[in-house]
Amino acid sequence: MNTPKELKYSKTHEWLKEEADGTVTVGITDYAQDKLGSLVFINLPSEGDEVTEDESFCDVESVKADSDVMSPVSGTVEEVNSELEAEPEKLNEDPYGSWIAKIKPSAPAEGLMDADEYEEFCSKEDE
Amino acid sequence: MDRKTVLYDTHVSLGARMVPFGGFIMPVQYTDILKEHMAVRTAVGLFDVSHMGEVTLKGPDALKNLNEILTNDYTNMKDGRCRYSPMCNAGGGVVDDLIVYKIADNDYFIVVNAANRTKDFEWIRDHLTGDVEFKDIGDSVAQIAVQGPKSALLLEKLTAAENLPPKYYTFYKDIDVGGVKCIISQTGYTGEYGFELYCPSEDAVKLWDELMDAGKEFGVLPCGLGARDTLRMEAAMPLYGHEMDDTISPLETGLDFAVKMNKESFIGKDALAAKGEPTITRVGLKVTGKGLVREKTELFAADGLTAGRTTSGTFLPYLKGAYAMALVDKKYAAVGTVFDALTRGRHISVEVVPLPFYKADKSHIEK
Repeated sequence: MNTPKELKYSKTHEWLKEEADGTVTVGITDYAQDKLGSLVFINLPSEGDEVTEDESFCDVESVKADSDVMSPVSGTVEEVNSELEAEPEKLNEDPYGSWIAKIKPSAPAEGLMDADEYEEFCSKEDE
Repeated sequence: MDRKTVLYDTHVSLGARMVPFGGFIMPVQYTDILKEHMAVRTAVGLFDVSHMGEVTLKGPDALKNLNEILTNDYTNMKDGRCRYSPMCNAGGGVVDDLIVYKIADNDYFIVVNAANRTKDFEWIRDHLTGDVEFKDIGDSVAQIAVQGPKSALLLEKLTAAENLPPKYYTFYKDIDVGGVKCIISQTGYTGEYGFELYCPSEDAVKLWDELMDAGKEFGVLPCGLGARDTLRMEAAMPLYGHEMDDTISPLETGLDFAVKMNKESFIGKDALAAKGEPTITRVGLKVTGKGLVREKTELFAADGLTAGRTTSGTFLPYLKGAYAMALVDKKYAAVGTVFDALTRGRHISVEVVPLPFYKADKSHIEK
């Protein structure tokens, strides 16, 4: 499992990167894409959507299942990675390069883990 | 408590993700459903389907009982042939669907769905009449499916070419495949050329390992139930509990070819006759809107009325798109009819397309 050190992680397996301009970039983790299996569809949020921490803001579908992607932070969607619409498999191939949205937070995110904590969290989920 | 097939440890060592299915714990995927699906469409895949049930029916009244309990007609069947049939209840709904292998006169081998093993055994047992011997041999039989255009190339590494049944729905028995004695039939649930092998449970691991080794040069992949489901759906093969069940008749779900209303009698015939021409039918749907449409999704016609419901639906890997099958009112069954599928609070457009979604081109079979 790949867990970049510079990112923060949610218990629902999203990653978050704090950008210099105050926005955050979010996506799903390597652990999440592996558990979900090959993704064949993504329903992206729209620019301008208000999102709430720990609530669904996007959903992804594999052959077997539909899964919500939860926003790790509350705020406003500034930009979405619309390339994923045509190529949702990029979420499997490169989960940390395939960001889903850039969000302008309305409040700091709470309860996120660093890479070490997240790896430990995942190893417990697998038990 | 879910049971394990004799290949359980083999699946785990291959890295399979194991899930409960039909009373067994089975591999849903080893690597990736899409890759496994494509291996079967373009090369060859192996499936452990030992969870399927097997029963035998023997004796002077075996044929009479098959014709009474099943909707298809087993009269004039030759030895070494397989024949599919729904098995109806008195109301004309489906108890299960199954395949009968005729070993010889008065000697039949029957393969049933895993989830229905006990129900089927009891149903058949309770409706037998006359001089027959009926046995559940499911625990002593393992089943491995070898499916894909390179199936014969693979099997010919382990057995002589003339040991492969040359026609669809025919079989040979007592065939040595890699040192294991098998029944081998040209059957399958993928819509692709291929074979199913039945062997004693204790030989299954050896047979599996031989098949995997022999298949390496042809790109064989072990395939799980995930790919089995997408493959059968692409080929528009009905699945019990989806396209048919205790309340859906085989005529409603498009299995007329296996329901012989001209037979003198069979369980369910009177109910099917009384119901008359079905008012619903099974159709294929292509999702034209965004997203996937899963099973049990309600379909609304342009007139705003409910047209029916989907019975299966997912992303089909070979066709690279979202598709579904549905049972709909016949007046909405014409190709090109558009529905609104309400799924997860979203309205997704779907359109009726011809079935099957995929039909294998025989010229791609490699021999």
